Amino acid sequence: MAYALQQLINGLTLGAMYGLIAIGYTMVYGIIGMINFAHGDIFMVSAFIAVTAFTILAAADVTSIPLALTFVLIVSIFFTSAYGWAVERTAYRPLRGSTRLAPLISAIGMSIFLQNAVQLTQGARVKPIPPVLEGGVVLWDAPGFTVQIGWSQMLIIVTTVVLMLAFTWMITQTPFGRQQRACEQDRTMASLLGVNVDRTISFTFMLGAALAAVAGVMVTVYYGVVDFFIGFLAGIKAFTAAVLGGIGSLPGAMLGGLLIGLIESFWAAYLWAEYKDVATFGILCLVLMLRPSGLLGRPEVEKV
Amino acid sequence: MSAVVFARHAMTPAERLRDAGWVAFVGLILGIPLVGLTTVDVGGRLGVETRFGLLVAAVAAVFAGRLLLRWSIDQARNRKLARDQASTATAADRAHGAQKVVTVLGWVALGASIALPIFYSDNRYVVDTATTVLIYVMLGWGLNVVVGLAGLLDLGYVAFYAVGAYSYALLSTQFGWSFWEALPVSGALAATFGILLGYPILRLRGDYLAIVTLGFGEIIRIILVNWTEFSGGPNGISSIPRPSFFGLEFTRSAPEGSQTFAGFFGLDFSPMHRLIFLYYLILVLALLTHAFVSRLRKLPVGRAWEALREDEIACKAMGMNTTNIKLSAFAIGAMLGGFAGVFFAARQGFISPESFVFTESAIILAIVVLGGMGSQMGVVLAATLLVLIPEFGRNFAEYRMLLFGLAMVLIMVWKPGGLLAHREPTLRLNPLGKAASNKEAA
Repeated sequence: MAYALQQLINGLTLGAMYGLIAIGYTMVYGIIGMINFAHGDIFMVSAFIAVTAFTILAAADVTSIPLALTFVLIVSIFFTSAYGWAVERTAYRPLRGSTRLAPLISAIGMSIFLQNAVQLTQGARVKPIPPVLEGGVVLWDAPGFTVQIGWSQMLIIVTTVVLMLAFTWMITQTPFGRQQRACEQDRTMASLLGVNVDRTISFTFMLGAALAAVAGVMVTVYYGVVDFFIGFLAGIKAFTAAVLGGIGSLPGAMLGGLLIGLIESFWAAYLWAEYKDVATFGILCLVLMLRPSGLLGRPEVEKV
Repeated sequence: MSAVVFARHAMTPAERLRDAGWVAFVGLILGIPLVGLTTVDVGGRLGVETRFGLLVAAVAAVFAGRLLLRWSIDQARNRKLARDQASTATAADRAHGAQKVVTVLGWVALGASIALPIFYSDNRYVVDTATTVLIYVMLGWGLNVVVGLAGLLDLGYVAFYAVGAYSYALLSTQFGWSFWEALPVSGALAATFGILLGYPILRLRGDYLAIVTLGFGEIIRIILVNWTEFSGGPNGISSIPRPSFFGLEFTRSAPEGSQTFAGFFGLDFSPMHRLIFLYYLILVLALLTHAFVSRLRKLPVGRAWEALREDEIACKAMGMNTTNIKLSAFAIGAMLGGFAGVFFAARQGFISPESFVFTESAIILAIVVLGGMGSQMGVVLAATLLVLIPEFGRNFAEYRMLLFGLAMVLIMVWKPGGLLAHREPTLRLNPLGKAASNKEAA
């Protein structure tokens, strides 16, 4: 029981991070209908920026943890959004309006490019940073097993909840959210009504990248190690989460992320750890067979 | 050609400089965290190292590159405009001419590929690379059935390649089957896997299908890595028997009761014989694939694939069984991938899950899309390009994958429809319709 509770906490933490990345996929998919394969690598870039920022802070003898975290988050979000913008501008915008597969291939190319660019400029070795947040709160001191929620886990879950609330508010209440939803429904009509479609799409990419940047900082804090290959698996898992929840749906992305995080940690804890990815994809197949549009996705009505 | 010609005002030098300056500024922002700063290991801990010299050089390169790129794009555009206005040829003529060029190119490529080992009979590197190109051509043609003809996005094609390779490896090492016995069986196994995967998921729409196929590819790879008793795990399977030439082995000395290839033909033994034989073997397999797929396109099932790609709802309304049509495309694509896998295992003599990662699927898909979906010749062109780019990049080895990714993006942006865009239905009802459609296509 205590062990299960601990797995629940671990799974929620993992799921929150997948959810943050998945939102980037689902928003981009919602607005231009493409799988942004480079998104996982944007996340990886942000983790590297976070490592550099933490190292700078350590060299400058900054000891206040809240200050350090805020600084790293701001730096990482700024540069990562720049990357999100640049990727959209160079690799996807020229291809808007061509076949569906063209941007997919250029996204895969971009993903390979980013991975190798980081490997070349930052080195192929794993980058460890000294632990930022240690310790935690003991929830339950059961005989033989102590359930503990780490400060970093708490940070991740709280940040995710706050970001989700802020995000939902932004999409439903602000002018930008209205424009974003308008572009999602009908880009031509939105542009006729005076919405700057190009800018909205660019901003969507930057937002997605910013959320990936938060996830990148969190991963750096939580695991303390980063390498240039983390983007691939995290990207695929997050995309799976987005599809599981119903692609295009924001709460769906979060739900999918949490489910995948939970499945993964419980499967790894009770069954075979090495087959946890098989479980993830297997459950995805099952869900899609029963609900072809994902858990919270609306079935698409095709009109002739 | 449309009658309206948009007048583009030429950029002034000041505008060019401003444009390049803006791009360089973006480059600077992007460069600061990755180029300008890096973390290095200093006595067991990370320390920051600044490389501002490199950053300045990179930004300057971006500035100059942008100026040059912008200028050459404008030049090319003006020249194209002038040519379009000067030439009196209609779009239909030009499309017809392009088709002719492709046909001629095809024959030239065939001639060159047959003659290649004769001219390079002692150059191991060239023959090896050409064999790799042909494997990718074959994989590309197989995937072209699924993606280019039937319009189903498959991101896990490498799974079928793996099924083929592992079937041959296991059949030959465990049961002593020969290459030719194992080839059809492995192909059938791959096709069975295609049907098993396809049946439950083919009612999914485009991108859902893509992620499930991707997941399937990963599942196969993870099982191969972890099920050690079955597949040898990460160590893979080694000493897979090589194919023989009608029972003649390509070895220095033959086992009891048989002859070697060199001995039978009275040649001096040379390790190149096997390489050249393997090259011709994959050439024949690829040409058979080509002939097979070209025939299929003209059969009802092939036409059904193309119809399905264009409009699924219309197909359903016409009473076509879309599930069976999709399944047949999936199974045939899988079978061709399986054949390529058998050849791969036989050529390498050693396989491990390392060879069947997602990047491989991505490269095969890139070959199909870069070549122009549905175009057989485009696949050849794209496969050659994608295999040769990293090979040429070997001189500056660490940059080769970087260049590879960049090339994928640039080619796609430059020609979104693929190098040889081809979306014409293979057959039309009457020649009149063909002429009309050519005009539209151009």
